Amino acid sequence: MTTTTAAQPLLTINDLGKQYGPKVVLRDVNLTIQQGEFVALVGMSGGGKSTLLRLIAGLEKMSTGTLTYPDVAPVIRVMFQDDRLLPWMTVRQNITFKRNDAALQARSQKMLARVGLEKWADQYPAQLSGGQKQRVALARALMAKPQLLLLDEPLGALDALTRRKMQDLILQVCQEEQLTTILVTHDVEEAARMADRTIVIKDGTNRYAEKGPDKDDPAAVGVVADQILHDIIDPEGGPA
Amino acid sequence: MENVSPVAAVTPKKKKMNWNRLLPWVLPVLIIGGWQLASSTGFLASKTFPSPVAVFQDGVALAQAGTLQRNIAISLYRATMGLLIGGSIGFALGVLNGVSKLSRNLTDTSIQMLRTIPHLSLIPLVILAIGIGEPAKISLVSIGVLFPVYINTLHGIRSVDPNLVEMGTSYGLSKWEIFTKIIFPGALPTILMGLRYALGVMWTTLIVAETIASDSGIGYMATNAEDFMDMETIILCIVIYALLGKLSDLIAKNLEILALGWRQAKEAQQ
Ligand SMILES: Nc1ncnc2c1ncn2[C@@H]1O[C@H](COP(=O)(O)OP(=O)(O)OP(=O)(O)O)[C@@H](O)[C@H]1O
Ligand SMILES: [Mg+2]
Repeated sequence: MTTTTAAQPLLTINDLGKQYGPKVVLRDVNLTIQQGEFVALVGMSGGGKSTLLRLIAGLEKMSTGTLTYPDVAPVIRVMFQDDRLLPWMTVRQNITFKRNDAALQARSQKMLARVGLEKWADQYPAQLSGGQKQRVALARALMAKPQLLLLDEPLGALDALTRRKMQDLILQVCQEEQLTTILVTHDVEEAARMADRTIVIKDGTNRYAEKGPDKDDPAAVGVVADQILHDIIDPEGGPA
Repeated sequence: MENVSPVAAVTPKKKKMNWNRLLPWVLPVLIIGGWQLASSTGFLASKTFPSPVAVFQDGVALAQAGTLQRNIAISLYRATMGLLIGGSIGFALGVLNGVSKLSRNLTDTSIQMLRTIPHLSLIPLVILAIGIGEPAKISLVSIGVLFPVYINTLHGIRSVDPNLVEMGTSYGLSKWEIFTKIIFPGALPTILMGLRYALGVMWTTLIVAETIASDSGIGYMATNAEDFMDMETIILCIVIYALLGKLSDLIAKNLEILALGWRQAKEAQQ
């Protein structure tokens, strides 16, 4: 994905900290996310990636620091690791939330087509495969035309092949809809492959930021992935 | 992208279906047949235990006199009113305490304490307070069905996946939408279980109330028959209760199928 050169910050995080009781999960997080950027968040399990994403989504309150939108506050949508589809609604109803609005119906049709599930519109989630469910969740997240899309390991439970297809689909729609995207992932390959920039969360703060490789060069993806992995496990820790 | 289209509805295997439908009726038919046989061979004394045919004839006679319909109608009226009133109160309290922590803290302990009182033990109290008229019987049924509906509504709402509610909130659903589109459908299977249980309580309560304090209804019919040693009518009343119980269970079952069609989705596909 290409980032526009005249990048404008969408979101600025200053000295953000989060603790649960005495337990400090995040501290001194300073980050700027540019409009249209695709950023990956990686790090050890339990390192606070999901927490940071939830703070950005407004699902939780930060303990210290500020989170500001230099422009206008964007519409934010989160795609969760578990699809969180409503089992009692059909695919289409899950996307429109059963709201009877002509524009909404039209957009749902477009989004279903975009994720290749028009034929499944009247099926229930229990009738879909894991990959299909995540496609429904993606379509649902896109319904409100968000400016900021937050993905918390949405592909974690998928097999390698389906996962690869989903990665490409997400990249395509993010570009089409001109989304700013933050993706939390365990998978350094996925981060290198998809993101313009990969931020390593380590010891409760953002330590490294690896620039994404040239996406047309498969070898470069591997090199960047190795570098990210090295950053994550580097015992010395790097510059903040 | 898989270009598979949804699996078409599976055509049921007709022959097997019919057999499975007949199977539940085999035992009742055998029992009634055996009963009739025992009566006609004199194995069962017709004075103490009348034959099915005699019970049926008794039913026809009572129906011709209009007594049967009148008593069934009044019993049905009491059952329905009691269910509606008690069920509504139980449901409303369950919803209120399910969504409001304040209300739950305020009232749940008290309701749980009241629940432990067997509601049939309230019969003398109710009779003394409001006599043996319709309100007494309807109140007793109401009290009986209130608790199972309350408990199941509360439990159903409290066990709705909080992640789904969080999704709804962050996807901009209003509070009302979160209730009607996430919390209520999520709690519905448990609520319907409560309703089914409440239907059982409803009939039991009504039988007892009509037996003890009434001058109409099926329960009264049975007690009255007892005074005249009218075994045919007593057994007829028991059979009617069984049929009404089965009917209400059938209604509840169909309600479940209607409201919870999405649960069958997975099975239907396989
Ligand atoms: N609500 C909470 N209460 C207490 N502690 C919490 C809460 N939420 C998260 N934590 C703690 O915060 C830490 C960071 O959790 P978080 O889920 O953000 O990690 P993560 O980087 O997303 O891990 P993973 O890669 O395994 O998903 C963990 O140690 C977790 O136990
Ligand atoms: Mg996580």
